[in-house]
Amino acid sequence: MPVPHDHEFFVDPSRCIGCQACVVACTECDTHRGDSMIHLEYVDRATSVQTVPVICMHCEQPTCAEVCPADAIKRTSDGVVQSATKPRCIGCGNCVVACPFGVPELYIERAVMMKCDMCYDRTSVGKKPMCATVCPSQALFFGTRDQIRALRPRSKAINQFQFGDQTITTRVNAMVPRGPTAPTHVDVTAAMEERPHNRNLRLPVIDTRDPFAKVEV
Amino acid sequence: MAKLPVDELAIIHAFGPHLSASTRGGTAGAPDKLVKTHCCFCGQQCGIQLKVRDNEVVGFEPWDEFPFNRGMLCPKGVKRYMQGSHPDRLVTAVRRDPAASGGFSAMPYEEAIAYAAREISRLQTEHGNASVGVLSGASLSTEKTYLLGKFARVCLKTPFIDYNGRLCMVSAGAGNMKAFGIDRAANPWEDMIGSEVIWVAGSNVAECAPITTNYIWQARERGAKVIVQDPRITPIARTCDLYLPVRPGRDAALFAGVLGLMIEQGSIDREFVDTHTVGFDAVADYCKTWPVTRASEVTGVPERSLREAAELWGAAKSSFFLHARGIEHHSNGVQNVLGAINLVLASGRIGKPHCGYATITGQANGQGGREHGQKCTQLPGLRDISVPEHREYIASVWNVEERDLPGPGVDAYEMFRKIDAGEIKGLVAICFNPKVSLPDNQFVTRALEKLEFFVAIDFFLNDTARHADLVLPGSLQEEDEGTVTQVEGRIIKINKAVECPGEARADWKIIQDLARALGRPHGFEFAGPREIFEELRVASKGGVADYSGVTYEKLERQMGVFWPCYSHDPRTGAATPDDPGTPRLFEPGSYNPVAKGAGPFYFADGKARFNLGEYRPAVDDVTEDYPIFLTTGRVVSQFLSGTQTRRIGPLVKQYPEPRIELHTRLAAKLGISHDDWTTCETRRGAITVRASVVTTIRPDTVFIPYHWPGDKSPNRLTVAAQDPISKIPQYKVCGCRVRRADAPPAYAADHEPQQ
Repeated sequence: MPVPHDHEFFVDPSRCIGCQACVVACTECDTHRGDSMIHLEYVDRATSVQTVPVICMHCEQPTCAEVCPADAIKRTSDGVVQSATKPRCIGCGNCVVACPFGVPELYIERAVMMKCDMCYDRTSVGKKPMCATVCPSQALFFGTRDQIRALRPRSKAINQFQFGDQTITTRVNAMVPRGPTAPTHVDVTAAMEERPHNRNLRLPVIDTRDPFAKVEV
Repeated sequence: MAKLPVDELAIIHAFGPHLSASTRGGTAGAPDKLVKTHCCFCGQQCGIQLKVRDNEVVGFEPWDEFPFNRGMLCPKGVKRYMQGSHPDRLVTAVRRDPAASGGFSAMPYEEAIAYAAREISRLQTEHGNASVGVLSGASLSTEKTYLLGKFARVCLKTPFIDYNGRLCMVSAGAGNMKAFGIDRAANPWEDMIGSEVIWVAGSNVAECAPITTNYIWQARERGAKVIVQDPRITPIARTCDLYLPVRPGRDAALFAGVLGLMIEQGSIDREFVDTHTVGFDAVADYCKTWPVTRASEVTGVPERSLREAAELWGAAKSSFFLHARGIEHHSNGVQNVLGAINLVLASGRIGKPHCGYATITGQANGQGGREHGQKCTQLPGLRDISVPEHREYIASVWNVEERDLPGPGVDAYEMFRKIDAGEIKGLVAICFNPKVSLPDNQFVTRALEKLEFFVAIDFFLNDTARHADLVLPGSLQEEDEGTVTQVEGRIIKINKAVECPGEARADWKIIQDLARALGRPHGFEFAGPREIFEELRVASKGGVADYSGVTYEKLERQMGVFWPCYSHDPRTGAATPDDPGTPRLFEPGSYNPVAKGAGPFYFADGKARFNLGEYRPAVDDVTEDYPIFLTTGRVVSQFLSGTQTRRIGPLVKQYPEPRIELHTRLAAKLGISHDDWTTCETRRGAITVRASVVTTIRPDTVFIPYHWPGDKSPNRLTVAAQDPISKIPQYKVCGCRVRRADAPPAYAADHEPQQ
């Protein structure tokens, strides 16, 4: 049975506590042989405990599938982008470099790409994905739009992303704060001072120049 | 003889901690059954379904219906099943044997029981009953804790029993009893959702009580402001509305300063204070000695933030105050708790929907384990072993003479001092790993070595049991049934999923086998946990923690029962078989058997007590020689002394070894870079671990998590100073010095991360 259309994934990184319950729960599944299909990253552990869980966004027009020379990546009618099919996948890694969200991974020893398939074994039989079930802070939520509206009045769901000229619409939603106020960064030393300086979290910029300037095409 | 039988590394090679053999249960193949039960780790006791195949727990399935967590789990819950069928599992009794390569050799079960009984009898005959002590724990089911309290007093006839909750819940417990006359979270967690302000003091909820994060953040979605008081920016602090970066050990000063400001502002609920409390004036006078300038200077929290806290807390119409070991693990722990409770009482916001107060329990049965008699001064039902009527009642339930019940014993750390002094010569220990978990643990090791006979009951050979003369193979949580009481005060049912392997036995059977072998089986002939629970219901009846109306059937039917739950209406004496329990304490007009209708609190006049909540400087505070604060705590993937979680591969991989967390500024001053081997030294000792250089901790403070043994254990460094009332050790602060290590520590070459 297909994944019901009114059941959607909502990812809210501001709620992530970095506990990795999603990661270890994902490893329980046999369909990807005990590897976790979730990437959990610290944004910059030196300056913040902020972490971000990355699952497949299940694009309407999946770039991974578009660049696949072997036509190994399929999107089922319920909008779920499946892992590469083993007989077709040639392990070239095109999808890995093309995905704007950095989701697919190449398992070289198995010569196959694997990625999050929204727990198809569970969601196609009416269950919730394992990660969204266990997530203790519900940074990963699976349910209907009505449910998320009631639960998260301070955030809204977006599913359109701009990467350069490419606009991507996804089946999975990201929760972003409503209203103009950006979340403030809590800083220990600023919190210790009577008159704190305005310290904004500075993310390290690697290089301002075009990283592909020297690449010969 | 409790010296290590052979070199410790040889014991480790034989008995672990090794990592679990399987890496996952997998989803292929249908299980024989799914058993609805609870996680074996922290005090939240999340509902979980264990997948069982061929008498083996092979995985889990979320339990979406259980109301507390609705399927949610942390990584410990997800991987808890991997402790079963573990290569390190003790499947026979083992006795100390210096000739064996691993230091221990197997012993048939009945022979082992006879040996233990013989040695205990010998010591008690030669040196008196009090020469043998019992150490127990709050991860055990309530039935087991009840049985152990009875075993010590009735079978061994020793006053010396205490438990590892001494390191955990006792400051909160003592504070709750002093202020409310009852020791339980006042509200169910769902009361948070709808509160205007939530104050989290000294609790890294995201790592220590992960599901609680969802409650707090769900409250925030409804508009709650979140105040976090912590020297570190924990995940819950990351998005809080007001962060109070308190200097370790100064919490009472912070509470007094904020209450002083509230009194100045006039944001005290005078009507509630006058009607329902006593002692406010003395507290108000005390707060006058804490003007905001002084409070700011002592706590390291700027005046503006103390004022903002007073404004937020003062103006709120509803609120929930949560605290945990961060304010409780202090030689001033009870005072810190009382200071927090004063803020709640002054606000009048308790006993109503969305108006709550709670301490967050740490262990599986952190609540139930502190109610029914394994504490050195306690009898079942939160009764006091020094009160004649309490003794009379329990003696009648146990069918013994009151005069034969021993008096109060001493706290767990004091027991080690008595072992060191030669007063206690024999020890029965279960569910306690003091060699890792007690402060200044090199002293603990030296004391252990002086024991003449040490028998441990455990499922793995933990770090402390390596010193034992005999280890009896006990049961994992999933190998027995029983009840525990979780963080909210909700009693829940633990269900048996598998049988004990080999010669391992349910812990209650082992205790009863010992009683039988000692020739004192009277009162230890229960057929199972259900029978023990039935006696516990009677024993708790009329006490503050009254379980008399709780049955296993009601627990299953209601998915938990909040105590007190009465078999008979305490007002009328009429039978109340359908009493659903008491989710929220102190409701206006509520009746309790202590106040008898005089008021909602558990004192004769029905009123809550303000207590001073005095600030006292920490013992072994920072000095010129030891200028940096050392504080300790947990990481999300490990639990307590790691006996279980240091054996589960994926959890070890997540955070393999302890690190010292220090601020970028301090690191720069000391010339320490991220990942450098770094030595932390106190007056007790030194350990060397890798550095994590971050800006998420006060620059005058370093943090090391405590789950590891030996040369990796920050409890080599911590001070054995204890609160004068609760006897909790001061884990959360002491002075230390920190430097870049000259060389890697020896363990880096010969120990695996989890060892």
